[in-house]
Amino acid sequence: MKIADDQPSGLSALDRPNSYIGRSVPRPNLARLTQGRGLYVSDVTLPRMLHVAFVRSPHAHARIKAIETAEAKKAPGVVAVVTGAELAEVITPWVGVLTHLKGIKSAPQYAIAVERACWQGEAVAAVVARTRAEAEDACALVAVDYEPLAAVTDAEAALDASTPVIHPSLGDNLTFERALTAGDPDGGFAQADAVVETTFLFGRHTGVTNEPRAIVADWNPAEERLTVYHGTQAPHMTQDVFAKHLNLEAHQVRVLTKDVGGSFGIKVHIYADEMATVALSKLLRRPVKFVADRLESFVTDIHARDHRVHAKIGVKNDGTITAFEIDDLTGIGPYSVYPRTSGIEANQVVNLVGGPYACANYRARARVVFQNKNVMCQYRAVGHPIATAVTEGLVDLAAAKIGMDPAALRRKNLIADDAYPMTGASGIKFEKLSHHASLDKILALMDYDNLLAEQARLRTRGIYRGIGLASFIEVTNPSAAFYGVGGARISSQDGVTLRLDSTGAVFVHSGVTEQGQGAESVLAQCVATSFGVPIERVRVITGDTDNTPYGGGTWASRAAGIGGEAAWQAGKALRANVLAAAGAMLQADAKTLDIRAGIVVDAQTGRERLPLEEVARVVYFRPDTLPPDFQAEFVVTRHYVPRAWPFAFTNGVQASYLDVDIKTGEVKLLKHWCVEDCGTVINPQLVDEQIRGGIVQGIGGALYEHCLYDEAGQLLNGNLMDYLVPMAGEMPDIDIGHVVTPTADSELGAKGAGEAGTAGAPACVMNAINDALRPLGAATLTEMPFTPERVLRALGKV
Amino acid sequence: MGVRQFDISLRVNGEDVSARVEARKTLVDFLRDDLALTGTHVGCEHGVCGACTLLVDGEVVRGCLVLAVQCDGTRVDTIEGLSDSGAIADLQHAFAARNALQCGYCTPGMLIGAQELLARGGVPSRDAIREHMSGNYCRCTGYQAIVDAVEAVAVARAGGKA
Repeated sequence: MKIADDQPSGLSALDRPNSYIGRSVPRPNLARLTQGRGLYVSDVTLPRMLHVAFVRSPHAHARIKAIETAEAKKAPGVVAVVTGAELAEVITPWVGVLTHLKGIKSAPQYAIAVERACWQGEAVAAVVARTRAEAEDACALVAVDYEPLAAVTDAEAALDASTPVIHPSLGDNLTFERALTAGDPDGGFAQADAVVETTFLFGRHTGVTNEPRAIVADWNPAEERLTVYHGTQAPHMTQDVFAKHLNLEAHQVRVLTKDVGGSFGIKVHIYADEMATVALSKLLRRPVKFVADRLESFVTDIHARDHRVHAKIGVKNDGTITAFEIDDLTGIGPYSVYPRTSGIEANQVVNLVGGPYACANYRARARVVFQNKNVMCQYRAVGHPIATAVTEGLVDLAAAKIGMDPAALRRKNLIADDAYPMTGASGIKFEKLSHHASLDKILALMDYDNLLAEQARLRTRGIYRGIGLASFIEVTNPSAAFYGVGGARISSQDGVTLRLDSTGAVFVHSGVTEQGQGAESVLAQCVATSFGVPIERVRVITGDTDNTPYGGGTWASRAAGIGGEAAWQAGKALRANVLAAAGAMLQADAKTLDIRAGIVVDAQTGRERLPLEEVARVVYFRPDTLPPDFQAEFVVTRHYVPRAWPFAFTNGVQASYLDVDIKTGEVKLLKHWCVEDCGTVINPQLVDEQIRGGIVQGIGGALYEHCLYDEAGQLLNGNLMDYLVPMAGEMPDIDIGHVVTPTADSELGAKGAGEAGTAGAPACVMNAINDALRPLGAATLTEMPFTPERVLRALGKV
Repeated sequence: MGVRQFDISLRVNGEDVSARVEARKTLVDFLRDDLALTGTHVGCEHGVCGACTLLVDGEVVRGCLVLAVQCDGTRVDTIEGLSDSGAIADLQHAFAARNALQCGYCTPGMLIGAQELLARGGVPSRDAIREHMSGNYCRCTGYQAIVDAVEAVAVARAGGKA
């Protein structure tokens, strides 16, 4: 085993006595949340707090000729009505570009639109009042004189010479373009016995966090400090951004993030209305609260996945894949989102297509264009659902074309499990993956051969069931290669500080954040194991820039793999320091001692020597009894960042079994499986639930979720009645299996697991639907979401 | 702009409350803003997501679809009261043990919805649990853990027989 042996007993580091690694320890914060005792930002109330509501543009694109605020200012409870030009005096605009996405461009975006609104829903004025209701009342009294402008809504036409340029200073509507050629794609297609070509369409959808975005900003002019209660995934990032644009030093800003009602990438970006809220607090010298309501969430929370991909695969009659080619086009709204940019999803699609397969011939182009719709940016599994659906859709089409079983074709082409380390066609580097072991495991788990037999039997009775497979890779544990190298002040390293209290309990301060995924449990498990205390004696503190080491937060499946390793190392360091003190007290060599279950013991025999409480008591209250040259250090900090690999790629495979009603076009999901490999599994239950939740989120995009815009750029279904999300009744049970290939980049060996479910689910649902309909001669369905209408169209019934 | 106000008296989690409320104020806003009972959550404010599920005179209602003035003279029970009374302690424990919540925002409403189903007695099928819980939106879990937890409590309440 690759784990450094720090344990004289011969056990590995992870197998320490009383280890919590690999155990489904219940999360300590759940009792609080089940009793309604959480503290979400929506719940925060401060003395003298005001509420802001925004007047939002009803037009997708319009010049703001005049804003009349006098009536609104006289309305009951109103404290201020502020326009974009007025707020620009307090907070500076930003541009969402990074240098490592060569050529990416965007225009300055203001907290509140100045002169021009560029999407339906962009704020054009803010009303601040004693209550949210009063603020909304007065919004209706703000008179805005708009001159509607031509709206660019069709991504396909955005680059046409006849299409207006949204930001004339940029010259055109192209945000970013990337082209890649690897190996010999033309030669690959020439070698192929069959070439299959199609176009995949992905519906624009959004995160629909149950708690909408929420922020309370409290500028205290006496302290010259801004305290921000923020439902965010990245407190240190938002601290930095708020400070920069309010012309403050970062240390003047404290960001507090307690309970967050769902994130999924929605809450890792900078939003104009949140920037406006912090600026209004500074302007008004009072706390200001903004909680998006559901309707404004739909037009302002980032959207994602609006991609059109022309795609092509070459295959030989023996099943060998000879080449992949894609041309991706995505419209991202009028601005590249700050500070991560809106070029990342398309960039990921280029990186990931064909990723599980050994084929070296690959050509890709991705273009990202501006349009007058709500902004798009990174949402759970960024690019993966698209790349996986394109790749796996092509693989299934190739299998059908040459008459080969889809599982057999995958087995023939998946990168061999003993081929690592290796570099994929797009240049992505794999330390070690387990595609074949994962495929074997899922086929056994789902009883593939029996399912095929059942499917054939039922078809004779007019029941059309489909089986779909999707192998995938997932980017996790990102190094600075993701954002830092491009100039973003977003930390890829993370730190953990441990503090032993006077009773032998441990406080853990971590820069990663808890969004419900269980990061606090994982941190506690790592510390309890590596330090050596019962987990009940570990208390975790996250989400406070004043009181945690600098860190990146929670995104890109990094909390367990990066934050967990920092916690693991900090636990070891604190153990060494405590044993030094215990050794001084016992006049023993610290190397002969260990801490197990909160007790200092002889490492060899396990004989109990001193409880931790006693060590802490002496160190804190009777240091006079310790040797004069000994100083105990019961606070330690350790940091971690992946170094050997820019990303820890994981892999897995999913399968869907479903029933298509050919009369109604409805898809009924019967069962779903996932086998994935996230390396060391710290908490099996949390990993499995991340995967299940992610799968259902992916299914949402495949079957239901779609932000429908008309040609004028109006969102037609921006509410929860008309925008469908997965509910319990339609979702299947999901069986999960694991293959464990730890990363050698850390002692823990844990890779990320947060996005694997979402990465693979749409692809295998798509493949299963097409598998169900293939014997009926239906057209291949490649446009998500797969609504009953689209299924019936494929069958030629409407 | 004159906003009409009304005096109401009701019993919230066993405590008598009298207040003057605007006619337009929803029950959930009244509970959260006026009584600081923030355990009942606001998710969509149009009756779809179920985050504001609570009990009025023992019946499950959406706190965003009921006005506070309509609740004059009623008995309102929220997650805070149900927690303190121990009425749903077994469900709460099962949700925690099964990790049937992640961010926890839907959980108070989910628990009250589940209690309504389980109060009918018997052990509902998984499909019946899924169907019943389909008025409560959860973005985190994918629902299976919730179904597992509700099923486990149903079995336990029925004396351990599935």
